Amino acid sequence: MRLRGWRKFAFYSVCSLLLVWTIFPVYYMITLSLVPEEDLFKPRLYVPRPTLENYIQTAQQSNYLVSEFWIQLYNSLIIALLTTAAVVIVGSLGSFALARIRFRGSRLISSMTLFTYIIPSSFLSIPFFKLMADYDLLGTKLSVILAMITFTSPYAVWILWDYGKTVPVEIDEAAAIDGAGTLQTFFRIYLPLILPPMVAIATYAFLYSWNEYLYVVLFLSGETNITIPVAMGNFLATDNPPWNLLMAESVLYSIPPVILYYCFRRHLLSGLVTGSVTGT
Amino acid sequence: MPQIPAVAAVPPTLVHQERWARKTLLGIAFCAPLILIFLLLVIFPMFYEIYLGLDWSIYTSIFSDPIFIQTLWNTVIFVGLAVNIKMFLALTLSSLLSTEHRFTKILGGIFLLPWAIPSLPGILAFRWMLNGQWGIVNKILTDLGFEGYPWLVRRPTALAAAIIYHIWKYLPFWTLIFVAGRRGIPKELYEASDIDGTSPFQKFRYITLPMLRNLYLICILLSMVFTLGDFVIIKIMTGGAPGDSTHVLATLAYRYTFQMGKIDWGVGTFITALPVTLLFIFILIRKIK
Repeated sequence: MRLRGWRKFAFYSVCSLLLVWTIFPVYYMITLSLVPEEDLFKPRLYVPRPTLENYIQTAQQSNYLVSEFWIQLYNSLIIALLTTAAVVIVGSLGSFALARIRFRGSRLISSMTLFTYIIPSSFLSIPFFKLMADYDLLGTKLSVILAMITFTSPYAVWILWDYGKTVPVEIDEAAAIDGAGTLQTFFRIYLPLILPPMVAIATYAFLYSWNEYLYVVLFLSGETNITIPVAMGNFLATDNPPWNLLMAESVLYSIPPVILYYCFRRHLLSGLVTGSVTGT
Repeated sequence: MPQIPAVAAVPPTLVHQERWARKTLLGIAFCAPLILIFLLLVIFPMFYEIYLGLDWSIYTSIFSDPIFIQTLWNTVIFVGLAVNIKMFLALTLSSLLSTEHRFTKILGGIFLLPWAIPSLPGILAFRWMLNGQWGIVNKILTDLGFEGYPWLVRRPTALAAAIIYHIWKYLPFWTLIFVAGRRGIPKELYEASDIDGTSPFQKFRYITLPMLRNLYLICILLSMVFTLGDFVIIKIMTGGAPGDSTHVLATLAYRYTFQMGKIDWGVGTFITALPVTLLFIFILIRKIK
């Protein structure tokens, strides 16, 4: 597209404005993470004496605020991975039934999936908490994983179902004539076919649980049990949190999701559009 | 062959019914984990919450709490402004990002960053940027000759900060949704209008807008329901401060339940918002399906 005169000017100014608006907080987060302790209370747009001290402190756990960094990272990771695995299983099974088997009750199931997807997770937090307390699950990773599965599998089913519908049913019928049972059809035909959207929903489930704050705050406590975002939130309880250290931890914690988003953005967005929408 | 008459002897409807029953069983078996999750972890907690919230005296108590009333207003302001401004900007920017230009391609890539960065780091960065004493925003303002302002210590600006963060974080996502929506509009419509010599504004008004209207409505409703339950932005940005004046539903319910030990008040807070939420959800389910 070619632009001239005031339109060219308007185009470039809007683009630049958008660029600054988008990047500035990220730029500030990164520069602040490089600020040495003695410069923390001298706000500047650049770092005159950048240091990796905050990253080293985080990695070596030498500040009491990051004293359990690695175990918290491990907690974040294990919760996200187990959720992802469970969602892949629940999602592929459920979507197979909805897309490939015509049965009574399928409409009800699809409605309730959509309902669970839309209802804000926080609305269920209090009864969910009571439920976990009644079953003595508070403080266990299982409690968080169960909550994460609940809130991510509807979207997974929805996307996989949407994709599964587009594959002609004749393939299943041909397999049935060849003597394949339903389970064989599921494993040999259906699963390989839905691999592309599976990547999208696995990424979605991983990121959702990696980012979760509320349910982890409610269910887990103790420095060695919590995940990274909750540990970062706890910084705020101290009188003068070292923001430069907090930003170093922020950057480290943000790297995996940013990589995943940029690797799979095509999958994420195409899945998002076919399955209507997600996000907040 | 003897098999053929044997099969033919069975009434066809019976075979049909048997197959239906078998299929239903199979379908339910495959959906079993999903149904179990739904019954145990969605329906049960929800009815349990409604059951806990059936006591009328809860509502007379919380509605006489001025903080609760203010929280309702905060939620309406937060959801109403954040979602509507964001969607309007997203629709406008989607036209910019769908133009074929080298610069918009690069911009489209960078634009994803806020969406990709988890909530906590972003909110914390905003919070420190807006710090009254050492924040970069006030530093820039004073350098330019203005006076600094205690952004997060005053209710209007603290709420505005939460709204601005929400827009920063979620604008990219919805813009890309509208970019995709625009791609779905048949090119012929624009080409035909070119022949008629319509202006860009007329194209937007008479082609783009009607074609995207349904998507826009779904997006607004969906985003409103999601944002209605938002916890983390207010919790981390303001913590409800100054003086519990910036709470939204979820943070106030958290305060009632887990800091004051009044679980019925917490439940009542969510139940108050439930009718509107359910109405939105049912409209959405009808529209999306």
